[in-house]
Amino acid sequence: MKGEGFLTRNISSFTHTLESVISTEDLCRALGLLQGLDPRVKVATFVLFIVMVGLARSLSILAIIFVLILTLSFLSKVSLGFFLKRVLLFIPIFTAVIALPALLITPGSPLVAIAGKIIITEQGARTAGLLFLRVTDSLSFGVLLILTTPWTKILVALRWFRIPPLLVDILGMTYRYIFLLLHTANSMFLARRSRTIGSFSGGENRRWLARALTTTMAKSQHLSEEVYLAMLSRGYQGEVRVLNALSLKRRDFLWVAFALIAASILLWSNHL
Amino acid sequence: MHIPDGYLSLATAGTMYAVSAPFWYLAVSRVRKVLTNRTVPVLALFAAFSFVLMMFNVPLPGGTTGHAVGGTLLAIVLGPWAAVLGISVVLGIQALFFGDGGLLTFGANCFNMAIVLPLVGYFIYKVIASNTEATSPRRLMGAVVGSYVAIVVASILTGVELGIQPTLFHAVDGTPLYAPYGLNVALPAMLIGHLLIAGPVEAVVTGGVFAYLQRSHSSLIKADAPKKKEGKLWLLWGALGLAALATPLGLLASGTAWGEWGVDELQNMGLGFIPQGLQKFAGWWPAPLPDYGFPRMGAVIGYILSALVGIAVVVFLLWMLGRWLSRKNLPKQGVPSKEESAG
Repeated sequence: MKGEGFLTRNISSFTHTLESVISTEDLCRALGLLQGLDPRVKVATFVLFIVMVGLARSLSILAIIFVLILTLSFLSKVSLGFFLKRVLLFIPIFTAVIALPALLITPGSPLVAIAGKIIITEQGARTAGLLFLRVTDSLSFGVLLILTTPWTKILVALRWFRIPPLLVDILGMTYRYIFLLLHTANSMFLARRSRTIGSFSGGENRRWLARALTTTMAKSQHLSEEVYLAMLSRGYQGEVRVLNALSLKRRDFLWVAFALIAASILLWSNHL
Repeated sequence: MHIPDGYLSLATAGTMYAVSAPFWYLAVSRVRKVLTNRTVPVLALFAAFSFVLMMFNVPLPGGTTGHAVGGTLLAIVLGPWAAVLGISVVLGIQALFFGDGGLLTFGANCFNMAIVLPLVGYFIYKVIASNTEATSPRRLMGAVVGSYVAIVVASILTGVELGIQPTLFHAVDGTPLYAPYGLNVALPAMLIGHLLIAGPVEAVVTGGVFAYLQRSHSSLIKADAPKKKEGKLWLLWGALGLAALATPLGLLASGTAWGEWGVDELQNMGLGFIPQGLQKFAGWWPAPLPDYGFPRMGAVIGYILSALVGIAVVVFLLWMLGRWLSRKNLPKQGVPSKEESAG
């Protein structure tokens, strides 16, 4: 592989990641339906929804859920194109590719037959459809939650759900430093790219990559020491204290009622 | 290897959370002991680093590229339990923000990539590296072999988790409800990809970084020999847990284990007659868990529970035996508490 292609690909993937997260943060502040809900309520109900998606047994139910998701994202001021691009771009397309052979090899009653040969069976189509819709629905709920809830609020909700504080603290700090380190790595690649006029061999690239990674690792280690000292000097004693003045409003109760009714309808429909 | 939501049934996803939980608990308590107040910043920075590492696009000889997990590398630098927590945190952020791996399948993904992978990789590294000094080529070999084997083992687990879905969870007419391919497809598909691409990527990254660490940052490689035996003992526990987890595989085997035939099965096997002694003893022992299954419970959960109960009974008996033996060897003094916990 040519040196430039390798560097460019890495730079673009880093930049893409940074951009996609920054673009999310604006949406969290929009005045939409989901943005107005209490984060604890949102986390709990969305987990319930994802479980329900896991339990659903028919294609039509999964399709109805997707329509519901699109309605929710519309009511939360998330533009449809942005949402679909974000949801469908990677995992569902990958899933569709995975599900394709199942369409053709699953035995069962014929759905499409060409020249007397069964090409696609009913069971095959259902299998592939179930997998694709289930993956898309679950992923959409996750994306919708993240698009409409600030990260700090999610951490507060996790704390409230008695996730060990140590883990929540690490989670919060990791997220913050990912961007610093991504930025650092990106700068290293950019610097290399700007000095490159020819091409490098694969071995050369791998050696450079190992050096870049090791440098990043040594930097993280050094930084962790400095961050620790900074925390100590601000009075850190092994516990992070946070302000979490959350209060439930009437719309939160309405939302919980809606979620419970929707979940029961779905459970009931599984027995039809 | 990140399994998205929708590929695993809720029962499998729940089981994997339950299996991962004790490892997380253990990891939190061990890491806290070693790092004390430094835990949060050190783990956060290294988790952030491994997130970045996973994003690097690594070129392989022959033109393909891939992404590494870096679990073995992290385990070597930070210790295996810190790596368990660090990678779990990364997987959590990937699942939440990037849809890489699902929220319900988080337990399964963590078990494969954040628990088994670093523990297996670290174990192999330790066995090969032994007590050599930090710059020894044996350590480099340990890192390369460990990281390669670890990611292949993780991929086998992923393949098994996906592969048991159509057999265990399907609609009345046989339509698979979740991942559609059985073990005969899922396992080879995962294995081939990881033996040929992901494994080499992992080995190249781990080996490359490790070699550079040896030359320029050898302080990051902890070369001191493990002081306590416990470190490896826990790894054995991990292996035991893994074996217990694989027990639902038994559901897929048809027939009865060799030598474990019931009386009626013997008759069908063409034996023609039943040894009298056998007939007399058949059924005299009312097993509390007939055929390794709790009545009226999901077959898989029953199977795993049976395995856990069986392991607990065996471990308890062995522990009693060990205690009894160690008491016998030290008849005059009370048993030191350390010995007890090691037994």
